[in-house]
Amino acid sequence: MRFSIYRYDPDKDSAPRMQDYEVALEPTDRMLLDALTRIKSVDDSVSYRRSCREGICGSDAMNINGKNGLACITKLADLPEHVTLRPLPGLPVIRDLIVDMTQFFKQYHSIKPYLINDEPAPERERLQSPEDRDELNGLYECILCACCSTSCPSFWWNPDKFVGPAGLLQAYRFIADTRDQATSERLDNLEDPYRLFRCHTIMNCVDVCPKNLNPTRAIGKIKDMMVKRAV
Amino acid sequence: MVNRAVTGAHYGLRDWLAQRITAVIMAVYTVILLVVLLVGQPINYGVWQDLFKQGWMRVATLLFAASLAWHAWVGVRDIIMDYIKPTGLRLSLEALVLLTIAGYLAWAIQILWR
Repeated sequence: MRFSIYRYDPDKDSAPRMQDYEVALEPTDRMLLDALTRIKSVDDSVSYRRSCREGICGSDAMNINGKNGLACITKLADLPEHVTLRPLPGLPVIRDLIVDMTQFFKQYHSIKPYLINDEPAPERERLQSPEDRDELNGLYECILCACCSTSCPSFWWNPDKFVGPAGLLQAYRFIADTRDQATSERLDNLEDPYRLFRCHTIMNCVDVCPKNLNPTRAIGKIKDMMVKRAV
Repeated sequence: MVNRAVTGAHYGLRDWLAQRITAVIMAVYTVILLVVLLVGQPINYGVWQDLFKQGWMRVATLLFAASLAWHAWVGVRDIIMDYIKPTGLRLSLEALVLLTIAGYLAWAIQILWR
């Protein structure tokens, strides 16, 4: 298989370039990450993040033939003969396929991604009904790989102001949690033309999510709750 | 003034909701107009004039024009917010768009009731 990989070291290179690699794959090479490991054994200067290699840590998110995804769960069999790999769009490049996620995590922190409950903790645990717990399905599974937010034009144009699909999905995860007591403050925090309403529902986030989650639906539910609160 | 990213204007829901409601109004008006035009065939100048002499048609058309104006204001402001960064330029453009839309709306009223 032939791979074109984005190469850029801001300290040395004046501009990014694409470098081609021809890789002879072994039958045991199933996923794109396996191919990257082969490339790394030939040219150890190629840089990318990876950790769990099974779609849980969210480290190896990259732009694969124009679409964001995780290298570790992208099957080589599903890819064409020529694969182009670029870093996630819209974030500053640290080196090659590694991007600076500071802005992404700043937005994540801004929605207070933790349970807020001032009541003293009960003896064992805070209980939920099975129905209330069901509402958190499709929300808590987010691994913060940033595939969605970096495929969103609204996040490209305003990464410092728009929370982005990942952050908003997480925001709804806590708004929907019956054990959380800060619902109104959370809605206040999001009721803003930039923080929430930059979402124009183009659903790029849903298209790319490697965990098959639906940030657009979560954003819609936040808006529904705001309407319910206001009218 | 320090150059920091500031958010927290605490508006947006009303505009978002208004854009959806005005879209429904425009869709309903479009269907009504299409039905009226299909039923009233052949359409000539006399038929057209008689149609817009009726009070309900004028009010419905005004409602459509007002919906279009509000809908367009929210939409164009969204585009300006996405792409125009300098605050002064953005404010000037927003004022220009608002004045233009208000002008068109006044013109629509003049056409309907002259």
